[in-house]
Formats: sequence, C-alpha cells, structure tokens
Amino acid sequence: MVDSVVELDRVIVRFAGDSGDGMQLVGDRFTNLSAAFGNDLATLPDYPAEIRAPAGTLPGVSAFQVHISNHDIVTPGDFPDVLVAMNPAALKANLVHVKPGATLIVNADAFEERNLAKAGYEQNPLEDNSLADYTLYKIPMTTLTIEATKPTGAKPRDAERSKNFFALGIVSWMYSRPFEPTLEWIGKRFSARPELAEINTLAFKAGVNFGETTEIFGHAYEVKPAKLDPGTYINITGNTGLAWGLIAASKLSGLDLFLGSYPITPASDILHELSKHKNFSVKTLQAEDEIAGVGAALGASFGGLLGVTTTSGPGMDLKAETIGLALQLELPLIVIDVQRGGPSTGLPTKSEQSDLLMAMYGRHGESPLPVIAAKTPSDCFFVAIEAARIAIKYRTPVVVLSDGYLANGAEPWKLPDCDLLAEIDPKFSREPNGEHPDGSPAFFPYLRDPETLARPWAPPGTAGLEHRVGGLEKADVTGNVSYDPENHEHMIRVRAAKVAGIANELAPLEVDDPDKAKVLVVGWGSTHGSIVGAIRRVRANGGAVAHVHLTHMFPLPRDLGDILRRYDRVIVPELNTGQLSKVLRAEYSIETIDVNKIQAQPFKVGELEEAFAREVFGA
Amino acid sequence: MTDTLIPTTTRKDWTSDQEVRWCPGCGDYSILAAVQMLMPDLGIRRENTVFISGIGCAARFPYYMNTFGMHSIHGRAPAIASGLALARPDLSVWVISGDGDALSIGGNHLIHALRRNVNLNILLFNNQIYGLTKGQYSPTSEAGKVTKSTPFGSLETPFNPMSLALGAEATFVARTHDMDRKHMMEMFRRAHAHHGASFVEVYQNCNVFNDGAFEEILSKDVRSDMLITLEHGKQIRFGADGQFVVVSDGNGGVKIALAQEVEDSEIIVHDEHNPNPALAFALSRLASGPHSPTPIGVFRDVVHPEYGDQMADQIQRALDSKGPGDLNSLLRSAGATWEVH
Repeated sequence: MVDSVVELDRVIVRFAGDSGDGMQLVGDRFTNLSAAFGNDLATLPDYPAEIRAPAGTLPGVSAFQVHISNHDIVTPGDFPDVLVAMNPAALKANLVHVKPGATLIVNADAFEERNLAKAGYEQNPLEDNSLADYTLYKIPMTTLTIEATKPTGAKPRDAERSKNFFALGIVSWMYSRPFEPTLEWIGKRFSARPELAEINTLAFKAGVNFGETTEIFGHAYEVKPAKLDPGTYINITGNTGLAWGLIAASKLSGLDLFLGSYPITPASDILHELSKHKNFSVKTLQAEDEIAGVGAALGASFGGLLGVTTTSGPGMDLKAETIGLALQLELPLIVIDVQRGGPSTGLPTKSEQSDLLMAMYGRHGESPLPVIAAKTPSDCFFVAIEAARIAIKYRTPVVVLSDGYLANGAEPWKLPDCDLLAEIDPKFSREPNGEHPDGSPAFFPYLRDPETLARPWAPPGTAGLEHRVGGLEKADVTGNVSYDPENHEHMIRVRAAKVAGIANELAPLEVDDPDKAKVLVVGWGSTHGSIVGAIRRVRANGGAVAHVHLTHMFPLPRDLGDILRRYDRVIVPELNTGQLSKVLRAEYSIETIDVNKIQAQPFKVGELEEAFAREVFGA
Repeated sequence: MTDTLIPTTTRKDWTSDQEVRWCPGCGDYSILAAVQMLMPDLGIRRENTVFISGIGCAARFPYYMNTFGMHSIHGRAPAIASGLALARPDLSVWVISGDGDALSIGGNHLIHALRRNVNLNILLFNNQIYGLTKGQYSPTSEAGKVTKSTPFGSLETPFNPMSLALGAEATFVARTHDMDRKHMMEMFRRAHAHHGASFVEVYQNCNVFNDGAFEEILSKDVRSDMLITLEHGKQIRFGADGQFVVVSDGNGGVKIALAQEVEDSEIIVHDEHNPNPALAFALSRLASGPHSPTPIGVFRDVVHPEYGDQMADQIQRALDSKGPGDLNSLLRSAGATWEVH
C-alpha cells in the first residue's frame, strides 16, 4: 500500500497508443476530471490523418497531451512528466517528447516480437536497459484487464479493448483524481450497451486498484485546484467556441444562422455542433462540395440570414471565387478557416498558421476583406461574434482564422453572461432611399452610409426595393452594371476604404509591458499561450520583454505602427515562414526578427523562451 | 405563402429598366418575353421573386427582370439559389442557366440541387455552344462538332439533359423550345407549380455561333413530324395526322412506329406521375439529338418531400421538444460545468 501523497504544482501527462486504442477518449476524460476538480489546464490532441493506420505501426500512433496545474497555465506543456504508452510504436513515436527522468507507464503485454518489429525495435526496449534514464513502469495491462473483466463473461478479445480504461484508472489514481465522475460517465456513455459499461467499469476500477495496492509506485501525487476567478466554468475547445459564438451572433443580431459547409478536418466539428442546435433555428446544409457550401451561405445572406461557411485550407482555395463575389455584392458572410498544415492536402490533422496571406490576398483583383484570428479556444467564441458584427455592419465577407491546435485543444472557460453581450443591428433597408428623375421613389442598392461606407442590405420581401446584384462591376449608387473606367477605379477605392475604415473603431491594442522593455513580441492566433509562457520565464529571469497580440489581422489596428516603433527590436513568432512579419515590414517599413517553426506543431515554451532571451539578454 | 391581396400586374411591371443586350435575333429574347408574360399569372409578388444566374449569355437574364436578382459566378447558381430557397422558403426562386454553366462547370451543383429537391425552378437555355466566350463546343454539342477549340471535331459524347436530370432523381423534368411561347409559358407555369426542384430544358437558338442547331426539328414545315408533344394521360402520338406513335421496343426502351401498324393497346400512354422514372428515361433516349423526332413537354412530375419543408420540420420538432434556444443555457448545458467559489 502507498500511504504518502506528494503535492505537485503541475503535471503533464501524455497518453499514447494505437489509433484504435481510445487514447483521445481517455485523454478527454482525464481532462474533464481535472477541470471539474478545479485545475487549470490545456490540452493537445495529436492524432494521425488515417482513421486506422495498420495496428501497431508508427503512423497509427495517436496521442493526447494534457497539462494540469494549481495555477494559471497557458500551454499544454513542452515535455510530458508522464508518458502512457500502450504499445512499442507509441513509445517509440513519443519518446522524443519526453525528457530523461520522466515517468513511463507502458503496457508490457504489447511488447512482444511482432509489435516490436512493426515499431522497428530490434530489441525489446523494456529489457535492454535503453530506458534506464526514465522511471519505467512495466504493467501487463492487457492481461490485467482481461482478468478483471472475466466475471462478465466477456471474450478476451472484447475485454482487451477496455485496457484504455485500465490505463485511465492507473493515472487517475496516481494523480488523486476523484473516481466517481468517470464511473458515472461510463454508465451514461454506454447506457445502451450495459455489458460494455460493465466491462469498462471493471477495467477502470482494476487500474485504480492496481495503483493503490501494488507497491510498484512510490506514492501518489496531488495537483490542487488552481485559484481561478469565481464563476461557472466549462472545458471548451476552439471548434465548440466558434459554433457557440455563431449561435450567439445569431441571437444578438436577430438573424437566423445558416451554415453551408463540406466536411473537412479539422473544421468538421463546427458543422457537427451547429447541426445539433436546431432549436436556435440554425439551418445547416452539408453541401456537395466546398464551393456549394460557401455558395449556399451567400445565398442565405442575400436572403437576410447570417450566412456562414466553415472549412480548412484546401476548402479556402475552392471558396475563393465565391468570397470574391460576396465582396463585390457587399453582403455579410462569415468564412471560417481552421488552418492545418499545407500546402495541398498537407498535414490534415496538424496545426499551422500558414493561411494568413491567403486570407488577406487570396483572391483575384483588388479584393481586400477583414481578417480576424482567434488566440485561444475560448477566444473563438468572441471572435465569431466579432466576425458577425463586422460582416453585418460593413456588408462584407469576413475571414476568421483558427487552427487545428485551437480547434481540438481545450481550456477551462469562465462562462460569460450572454445577456451582457452587445446586440448587433442588421439595419435592413425597409424603404426606398432615393428618387428617380421623375420624382418617384427609388431604391439605390449602392448608395452608401457616409460614415461606414456600407451599402444598404435589402433582402427580398420588401416591395419597392427590388434590385439586382452581381459579380460585374457595379455603378456607384445605382448598382447597375458599369464598364466605366472612372467608376471602376472609384469602386475599387471605395470598397478598400470601407474595409480600411474598420480600423477606426478598433479598441487600442493592449501592450503587456510592465518593465519598459526594449524588445517587443508581436504574435497572432494560437501562439498566444506559448508566447505568454515564454515571456513569463524571461521575466522570471529578470528580462524585460513586451507583448502585443493581434486579433484584427486586416485591417491592422491604427495604433500598431506607433507601438512597433517604440521598441528597438520586434520579434514575430509564427508557425509559418514569416507571413505576418512580411506584412509588418511592408506596412510599417520596420525590421523584424522572425521566429518560425513549420513542423505543424505548436511552439514549445522553451523554444520561444530561448529565442526571446537571445534578444533580451544578448547572445 | 398564400396571399389574397396580390396586386394585379402586367408584363411591364416585371420588366426592369435595363437595356437588353443579347445579340439581335437571339433565342433568349423570346424566353425572356415568355417569363415576363407569365409572371403576372402566377399569383406571386415581385418582391418575393428572385432570379439567380451563373455566367454566360443566359446569365444576364436577372438584370432584365424587375424582381430581386443575382448574377453570380460560373456554374454556382444552383448552390447559391439552394441556400436562398432554404433560408427563405417564402420566396419563388428561379435559376437561369446555360448548357456550359449548368452542365459543364456547374454540373455537380445541378445534380445535387435536383436530388435534394430544393424548391427551385431551374431553366436551362440549351444552345449547344459556348456563346459568351465566342463559339467553343459545349457539353451538349454533338460529337464531331467543329469549333474554334475543336478544329478537327469534338471528341466528346454530349450530355442528354433530360436523361441527366432523370438520373439525378429530379422530381420535375420538362423540355420546351424558344419558338413556341405558349408551350414555354406552360412549362414554366408547371415548373413553378411543382413543389421541389423543377428542371426545364429550353432549346434555344444561338444565331451567331450555332445558328440552326434545332432547325431539323423546329422549322415550321417539319415541326409536326419532328416534335413529340407529351401530354399526361394521353397516348403518345405525333405527325400532322397523328400517324406516328411511340411503343415499347421490347428491349427496355421505346421506339417510333406507324399507328396503323400497331395495336392501339401497344401505344404508350404518357404518365408524368409514374414513380418509376424508367419510361421517362426511355423517352429521353428516343432522340439522341435534335435531328430526329424529339419529345417535348413534361417528362416527369412526381410528389416527393421538399428539402426546405423537411429542414423546417426538424427545426419545429426541436423547438417543440426543447423550446426556443437560450444562450446562457446552451453554454451551461452542453458539457460538465463546475463552480469556482
């Protein structure tokens, strides 16, 4: 028996196994347990594009990393303290993420000749002393799971599949997690299949008991709840945040939501989530392709609904022409790009920030449109609302950039009071806005609001406002087809001025600079957590470094230029080859120091710390 | 939507102030006239009527209608119109398309709009040529067609739009031509009356790049022998004296026979409402192009659940069981929440 409990500030656990081993599921369970327990946390699912690559092979390895702590944390952590490896391939593929001294919990049963060969091991690493630098626990999880579930009469083949719950049981015990929520969850999840509920329950309990009764573990650990602001919390992923934000925007604007979308990783969960909430009058259409998805959304916008399409990089390529049409029609449209590794099919399940320049410039002709980016999973909720606000107010398509890391990563979110969110007035045209030469009332669809330069939005249904729009160049005011050269230049400039004018209403940027630093870090999107984590470490070492994080990527905030020029050095960390950096150099004629990573993985805090420290402390 | 106070209108009310800019003599003029003349009869309001087009000569159509309209992008009109019709089931939504727009670049959207049975009226102006890009072959051009892009003749088998629509599970399929305003108006009226996706192919002459493409069946002197007018519940007969009939060919298809040489009972009676599209398909294969006797009229008109109605049903059921959505509850009900004190 173990009787001592050691308290820890934080711990990083990585569950790794075959795609079919249920690692995402147990990772998710452990996350929810820890969230409910009151820890702060961040997660990183890391799974292959193949649904089930050949069992036991390296490409088939699926992992889930969760970082839990008793204080505010911002990333899923650089290096796991504990790696749970269900087979040799999982061990081999994930050992690179684990530093010596860490704990390895492996399913010893899986380390037999065939699996070792599939993973490319010539010798069994559990036996050859190659893991001597780690604290290694070899546990026959398969055998113990089968043994524990024998009373149910389950066939070994079926029982064996519950070994992920055995592993969850061990880790739950190790970190003093409450067991009840998991047992309740199993009961609910498998309520239709009581026999599976029983097997999984027994497997989980066996894992817990194994930790408690065997003497192989020195002690259990405890990570106390974090001191978070009082309130109601939920664990949220970026995709859920976007879906809920869109529903919120629909409520706030009084416009029914219409989603036209084609399934694509890692954006599909937004479609799934929105499809559930029909009692919010959400209409979802799974279209025949990406083009039809955005086309249907634009058609809905023309009809006076809040039209949205969701996709990832390859889908953005296909939607470009329709986004250009929306820009020319000057209708509200929200385009969500959950970025993944590119080019082409690239790395579908991994994360990258490589679509920024495409979002800004990826259309033919002079076609500027607003681009905004979410920085955390919970920020996705607010960014979706902001996108709707801009789209509706300025009658323009808006591109929202998220990425695979935000999409699937989770963090605790203190729920806002939605009654306090600002309403969005669609300001539909209800009557004619001008006169024909003969004095009769006329409707001019391109007669702009002098302040915002937005054109009237008059969906079908109001007599006297009938009008035609289209992709051909519009005559100013009347919206009739025009080939007039002067008019074309005027329209190009006025559309650009309208979008540029959005910057006028942006709140001043918040610069985090407590120490009057000379070095500024400019970030955008999902690198927020890693940047903040690295900055904390640099400051803890006595360094002064400032941070500004951009949400509005186009147009850029008015005060950004002045902020940039206040610092001697500007570091721009990006998960691409330097796309924002290129924009900043072009826009403000400044020098930037690029920190780039293009491995379709988030920055490790340590990587950024090193890069920042180099500039702050000198080489 | 039923509305008893629809104002009386004339063709003029449905005609926009924009100058029509098709080539003089283009078949599109007569189609436009047929639509503008029909509209006052349909019992719909101009403000609730929308014409959506893609790209091509036909696609200029919405500019000439004094309704709501959108001249969109090449091939995508069925997708955009689907979104509009699902968003706004109260509207009468018309898609205007050509053979390149609907069958080449937009083929995918067309077949999916048809199978989904979204409440749209899709008019395909088929002139068997690319007009706006000045005379390349189209997906309905006959094999061997010599054009600028096929100086040695096209190598492609053309689509048969009727067969394609029937194969795509369309619930309303009809064909008409630009030389017969009355017939066009009747087909458009029927398309409007059909609840679901209606597909009407209009043989349309392009007098600049493909003049006379339909002359073999449409010139006045041959029409009675070359057009087979389908009428529901009636034997399929044609010819000046009704001397030709359509009978089974004994091989799953249909063929033309002389009335005097077959039993009366062998003559096929046209049934638009037959749930099995096989016979309609066989009729669509009777002519392989506008060179031999060709059926016009309604090939198929069957009742099938409309997509928007079903979408509305699902929403209504969710509202009935859960009540109108509340944002704060949504955030607090979807997953496990916890309190920090």
